[in-house]
Amino acid sequence: MAGLRNNALYVRRRTRNTVARGLALAATGFGLGWLVVILGVLIYQGIGGLSLSVFVENTPPPGSAGGLLNAIVGSIIMTILAVFIGTPIGILAGTYLAEYGRHDKLSSIVRFINDVLLSAPSIVIGLFVYEILVAPMGHFSGYAGAVALAVIVIPVVVRTTEDMLRLVPDTLREAAASIGLPRAHMIVRVAYRAARAGIVTGVLLAIARISGETAPLLFTALNNQFFSANLNAPMPSLPVVIFQFALSPYEEWQKLAWTGALLITVTVLGLSILARSLTARRS
Amino acid sequence: MNIASTPVPATGNATPAVAGAGLAEKVSIRNLEFFYGDNRALKGITLPLYTNKTTAFIGPSGCGKSTLLRVLNRMYDLYPGQRATGQVLFDGENLLESGVDINLLRARIGMVFQKPTPFPMSIYENIAFGIRLYDKLPRAEVDARVESALRRAALWDEVKDKLSSSGLGLSGGQQQRLCIARTVAVKPEVILFDEPCSALDPISTAKIEELIDELQEDYTIVIVTHNMQQAARVSDFTAFMYLGDLVEFDVTEKIFTNPGDKRTQAYITGRFG
Repeated sequence: MAGLRNNALYVRRRTRNTVARGLALAATGFGLGWLVVILGVLIYQGIGGLSLSVFVENTPPPGSAGGLLNAIVGSIIMTILAVFIGTPIGILAGTYLAEYGRHDKLSSIVRFINDVLLSAPSIVIGLFVYEILVAPMGHFSGYAGAVALAVIVIPVVVRTTEDMLRLVPDTLREAAASIGLPRAHMIVRVAYRAARAGIVTGVLLAIARISGETAPLLFTALNNQFFSANLNAPMPSLPVVIFQFALSPYEEWQKLAWTGALLITVTVLGLSILARSLTARRS
Repeated sequence: MNIASTPVPATGNATPAVAGAGLAEKVSIRNLEFFYGDNRALKGITLPLYTNKTTAFIGPSGCGKSTLLRVLNRMYDLYPGQRATGQVLFDGENLLESGVDINLLRARIGMVFQKPTPFPMSIYENIAFGIRLYDKLPRAEVDARVESALRRAALWDEVKDKLSSSGLGLSGGQQQRLCIARTVAVKPEVILFDEPCSALDPISTAKIEELIDELQEDYTIVIVTHNMQQAARVSDFTAFMYLGDLVEFDVTEKIFTNPGDKRTQAYITGRFG
């Protein structure tokens, strides 16, 4: 079978394939390499500071030891409130785009604006909420922080809700209609059910997205050196504390900043893994 | 295609001289026109659907047979730009009129689709869902209705021990019978089948055909099919459609042995389509 080896045309194709594969692998390795370095440095610098005191003590004054309790609690409170505000709005708007407004002109406009919002710099959102809430109220507050984060949550949830509902086949909608199911029931009891894992994934990804946001909180919740669950007052959060402490000259603060960064990263990683496993189970 | 091993006692014995004249009409289609936007897909169809008889719509792809079926439960209403004119009298009431409650209509005229479409819930819930939509019943009665619907669809013995597992875990043929059970559970008077076997293997197909044959004692059945042996096996009457026209409507036996139109003849002998 001499004809099956070393045909010039095929040798050329094989070479080209090898080169293309090599380049793709190199690019992947380059990208992932930096990620590994980042994670490595983060763990190396952050893990040393990880102790119980991080979770039970508040942020310290310069020069003394302390923890991140007030920042963690503030982040959790504002994140939960943001998700409570943003998720219903996002799901309803996504439902309009995928179900009711599918053939409307308005929906393509809404979709476009939503995509713009999705990629809007978060500092702009911070300034916007500063203008509409912080300035009129006269002071920074947890409420303003939560609203700013909610504005980030909404487009993410709108997008995933619409995408996931669009994956629900029309035949299922027709089947629901064929037993006389009204539209709203069909959406809630059949379409949401079929798209549930995907919609939950969207919410989780939105949480992951906002848990690292710093810029919108700088203009809204600002920070607080003390423990505060009062949403009407400035509220500390992990990203802002990291921002402030990392830039400070004090070694204890810098150490806490690394630890806080590690905490956020692990949380985001955990949420992403959870989101992935939900999507995987679906398919 | 050959499923001769399971003979289905085909058409009813009554073979009236004129195509069904004198039988009660469950649905009377009168001068029906249908449009997808500007495209005229049905051109003045007039056709009776007799009570508790099975009528097959046959014809080459694009002839309008599925369109006609989807007019009967106004499924086309889900999509903008689609409209029908003329009359479709259901027990004497024109179901195309705007005052008609579409969900009520669809409860009385059920539909089974080409691809099995179980809801993403348990086998039990798939059936109970439709029942609860219309009747607020105590649990025991819902159970009984679920069982009788599953028995009616010849599925009970296969699923009775796993009613709480997902309907999506069943085989294609079982899923299709689950959909039939779901349709039957709502207690319709007419059942529309849109190529119900085209995604199924021959054995599942034979089961569904057998089922259709049993169901026609209690229901008026309309079936769209590409499979002419299937039309011959399960239906009492057959309508042959071509390019949006109703070419011929007659007793099934007559259509398949002695068609009146050359196009029908050509189609059933496989010369086009």
